[in-house]
Amino acid sequence: MKGTGTKDAITGTELNELIDIVKKIHGFDFSDYTEASFKRRLSRIMMLKKLEFYDLKHILVNDPGFFQEFLEEITVNVTEMFRDPAFYKALRSQVVPYLSTYQHIKVWCAGCSSGEEVYSLAILLNEEKLSKKSFIYGTDINTGVLNEARKGIYSLRKIKSYAENYLFTGLPGSLTDHFTMMYDAAAIHSELKQNTLFSVHNLISDTGFNEFQMISCRNVFIYFETELQYKILDLFYRSLCPLGYLCLGNKETIRSEAFRKKFKVINQKENIYQKIGS
Amino acid sequence: MALDDEIKKRWAQSRILLLGGSAGAFKLLFRLVKILPVNLNKTVIIVIHRKKNFFSEIEKLFAENSRMLLQEISDKEPIKGNTIYIAPANYHTLVENEGFFSLDVSDAVWYSKPSIDVTFESVAEVYKGQVTAVLFSGANQDGAEGLLKLRQKGALTIAQYPGDAEMAEMPQAAIDMHAAEYILRTTEIFELLEL
Repeated sequence: MKGTGTKDAITGTELNELIDIVKKIHGFDFSDYTEASFKRRLSRIMMLKKLEFYDLKHILVNDPGFFQEFLEEITVNVTEMFRDPAFYKALRSQVVPYLSTYQHIKVWCAGCSSGEEVYSLAILLNEEKLSKKSFIYGTDINTGVLNEARKGIYSLRKIKSYAENYLFTGLPGSLTDHFTMMYDAAAIHSELKQNTLFSVHNLISDTGFNEFQMISCRNVFIYFETELQYKILDLFYRSLCPLGYLCLGNKETIRSEAFRKKFKVINQKENIYQKIGS
Repeated sequence: MALDDEIKKRWAQSRILLLGGSAGAFKLLFRLVKILPVNLNKTVIIVIHRKKNFFSEIEKLFAENSRMLLQEISDKEPIKGNTIYIAPANYHTLVENEGFFSLDVSDAVWYSKPSIDVTFESVAEVYKGQVTAVLFSGANQDGAEGLLKLRQKGALTIAQYPGDAEMAEMPQAAIDMHAAEYILRTTEIFELLEL
């Protein structure tokens, strides 16, 4: 993509006004989103839609159909298969040996976007011969990206870059072994889709829905203020089985003392933790 | 050519030193990191284009040779003085009003993540005239727009003289956009920042 494509930044007052409208009318609370990136997304929408700030407010109030589109643009849905290959390496060497001792392995991939991480984990568990007893839940607040995720079809351009990541993971073969190639796209093998389920879930307002052996929520916290991060960490803590694993993005360092008491560091660099205490 | 008093004064008053570069900038930034004094009393933020999955160990190499404290930025990292921060690969780095960094994984800008434009624009919004920014060698025009935003907000903006740059396109783009208040030879940039 060329250029940052942003216009003059939105002021703090305008931002609060908009957050208020979205909260009152659409029930989505963006007040604890990290401000700089949220503003950047707003400027981007205004530019793409050729809207002034006033028009954006107007359309959010008066055009009910616009909100879904707004939600998709405001949240960052950029994701990759096997993003940070070293993370997947660490999973295989430090987490999988323990996961494999469970009768059932339930994994929650929170903020899964178009499903790339869910399928990366599905491939990894399959290679470890664990797919029969595994189930991966992918959740996101966007229905649009979840539909993409359910299809499991990605453009060849994307697959090419994902395949490069795959090579660095040390997994056998190549990424395309797990896909059926079409003309300009590739579809993930259906057996890898079998034990996955995608559904809408809002980390800010919804509660837990199961008990998991592992929760992966990578590069979602970067969009949240610290207080909100702690609230969601609490939700994750309650949703994990004893000694369950939590994986965050590798730059999402948690600086809270209370957190350190509840989770043991398994891999500092890749931000992999294990629930301790009860 | 001697540097004028005005530029020296503005550099001395800056709280933030922003350094951006791509192809051909690595060696220069490495040399700069080596000479910046431990009592600089400023925050240094470096955005250099880098590939994901390519563990060049830039931070390690820089940290070992830096007199100032040097670290790679992680999410919600507080922005402290007398510290050199390096933008991590595969994220955009932004700054928040409350004095900390935040990261973003949205689309690459000018095929780059980290993008120099994104960080420069964000720093311009928060720190305005308290910034000295230098754009070095690079093979695309990322950074030019960001440098312009900084200049509009009153920051001291400098482009490396394209004739001195290994890759002229990046500083040239900034100059064409009138984003650079000063165009300095490499030696002049070093002379200024060593003050």
